[in-house]
Amino acid sequence: MTACHDVEGSAVAVAGIRRVALVGSPNAGKTSVFNHLTGLRAKTGNYPGVTVGRSVGTTSVDGVAIAVEDLPGTYSLDPISPDEQVVTDLLAGKYPGIDAPDALVLVADATTLRRSILLIGQVLRLDRPCLLALTMGDELAARGGRIDVAALSTALGIPVAAVIAHHGSGIDELRAQLASFDRWQRPPVLPPIAEDDIDAWGQSVLDASQYLAPQPDGRTQRIDRVLLHPLWGTVTFFAVMFYFFQVLFTAAAPLRDGIGSALTWLGRQVGDHVGNPVLRGLLSQGILGGVGTVLQFIPQIVLLFCLLAFLENVGYMSRAAFLMDRVMAKTGLEGRAFVAMLSSFACAIPGIMATRTLPSSRDRIATIVTAPLMTCSARLPVYTLLVGLLVAPQTRWCGLSAQGITMFLLYLGGGLSALVAALLVKSTILRGDLLPFTMELPPYRLPSARAMLAAMWGAARVFLRKAGTIILATSLVLWALLNLPVRESQTQGMSSTDATAYVMNHSYAADLGRAVAPVFSPLGFDWRTDIALVGSLSAREVFVSTLGQVAAASDPESPQQALAGMTDDQGRRIFTAPTVIALMVYFMFALQCMSTIAVMRRETNTWRWPAFAFSYMFVLAWVMAFVARSIAMGLSA
Amino acid sequence: MRTRPQSAGDQSGAVFVLAQLTPGNRAMVVGTVAQANPLIAKRLGQLGFRANAHVDVIRRAPLGDPTIYRVHDTELCLRRREAQLIEVIPEADR
Repeated sequence: MTACHDVEGSAVAVAGIRRVALVGSPNAGKTSVFNHLTGLRAKTGNYPGVTVGRSVGTTSVDGVAIAVEDLPGTYSLDPISPDEQVVTDLLAGKYPGIDAPDALVLVADATTLRRSILLIGQVLRLDRPCLLALTMGDELAARGGRIDVAALSTALGIPVAAVIAHHGSGIDELRAQLASFDRWQRPPVLPPIAEDDIDAWGQSVLDASQYLAPQPDGRTQRIDRVLLHPLWGTVTFFAVMFYFFQVLFTAAAPLRDGIGSALTWLGRQVGDHVGNPVLRGLLSQGILGGVGTVLQFIPQIVLLFCLLAFLENVGYMSRAAFLMDRVMAKTGLEGRAFVAMLSSFACAIPGIMATRTLPSSRDRIATIVTAPLMTCSARLPVYTLLVGLLVAPQTRWCGLSAQGITMFLLYLGGGLSALVAALLVKSTILRGDLLPFTMELPPYRLPSARAMLAAMWGAARVFLRKAGTIILATSLVLWALLNLPVRESQTQGMSSTDATAYVMNHSYAADLGRAVAPVFSPLGFDWRTDIALVGSLSAREVFVSTLGQVAAASDPESPQQALAGMTDDQGRRIFTAPTVIALMVYFMFALQCMSTIAVMRRETNTWRWPAFAFSYMFVLAWVMAFVARSIAMGLSA
Repeated sequence: MRTRPQSAGDQSGAVFVLAQLTPGNRAMVVGTVAQANPLIAKRLGQLGFRANAHVDVIRRAPLGDPTIYRVHDTELCLRRREAQLIEVIPEADR
């Protein structure tokens, strides 16, 4: 890296160097141009105070660094959504805390140039150094269109650079021009303001550059005849989504287990070589455990963004959204939210990160605060344990496995509650979005490996740097709660399972469990269950092993036997059917996952939304668990 | 049920809203309906649905909404809610 000042922390602004901003409509190829200019050195974050993503990178021209900012895609500078407001304010130098960029690079797609003329006119009227990067020239020619780039430059009065973002041709020439923006040609006369006049101006510009619009893409029409067909399109859609979900759910698992066993091995090495038991515990369980919690999400996140980038760049994502829009509209969201919701069935963290494809920040927030209700894979071990405690494996209802039916109901309940919650949030606190649902259906294109790599790398990096630190810190706190204070003298001579149980039952978490016991006792949870609830904040599946350790089960990973026989101080069984049902319902709704909270914080740029989500889900979980337990007790009485 | 321009030729001059057209129809935009929210009307104009623009109705989603239109050399989809705001005069089908 050259003179690039690596700015750490949440600020993505690069101080003291010249700044160029990329402006263009969605699908113009802006992000490809950005990736080519900045390589994989982009920093992503949020604009201060809003849930609008910001990407800033640097490029260097003859050893001089220039900051390049990829502004959110916009169709015009008359904003009707918070996202567009950001672009308009930033270009006008009115964004609090961010100066206007020194120069602008307009990015426009040559195949849809007529549509972009309006935005080009509006940006030229800002009267700043401006250059037009014209993308997709190859596709224009292939589809029988043409344009005289030199004449377009003359007609607009600004430099025009033809780039083919797909394979990066023209990028070096564009980069070379960025250094000399103070010498760029400026239009002698600014385009007119009135919309009618701007049409006439646009037509004269297109005429002067001998623009011939391309023919509709024949290949795309043929593919769409199948992929958007009422029957075949629907079949393909479900097949694609099924495969998508399968890959996310199953392909990531071996990678995650690999990371898990590598860290377990490391933990064992620490155990063998560190004498001090507290230090040993802190290193092998606290720190390595926390690192493991962070790293185990990486395969899923990278895979999800690989698939998302592929579907997006090929052009299928907008088709899928087109097919599903009617369904999602019922919840107040739009078709593009479907993929985020579906991903949350594997894990809410990639699901929440996938909301970045939604153009409306209200839709993004509504999806983010409701997606964790979807039944993620971390609930599966908890449900497996609880279902096992509730119904015997051989029980059959209407000829079907009772365990299977219970599991299905839990999944269905999670999915439905997420959709209902989205509807409620969208019709109350996030109501009143003017932004009409409009979505372009770009021609099908072969995706570039570079775009996919950039998407995967960017997502993993953001997760590690922004959410990873929060997750690691909370893991350490939770480890300390569960394992301190030290009980070395008291556990002398005990077996290791008994010792673990003794330490946990006399830990700070136990104090906490006893302190919150009045809150949970109406649900039938005793203080030892509450310890496991505290532990499960690091990841829901930890509930199983913590409960196993608390109950001193011989195998903490499958503590069914020990739990079934667990009794309270008066000798009554704890895990009665109503209590188990209450626990299931509690886990169905509660946001029992601090990694999700950390990612919500990262994506919404505020603690307000994670706090809101945690609170409403806790209240919902408590109330529903109480209702379910009361009904179950009434039925069994 | 609302009436549809069966064959656009014999109803030349009649004004419809875009949502009334069916795939395969072609029309010229006249403007937006009077009761449309001005901000939304402006945005639809900026997307290409402004007076004198030609619109092709390409395809409806299997569930009936939204619909893909081609305007200004771009294919984009609108929901019925917004397509009802755009006034058009049908032209001869493709």
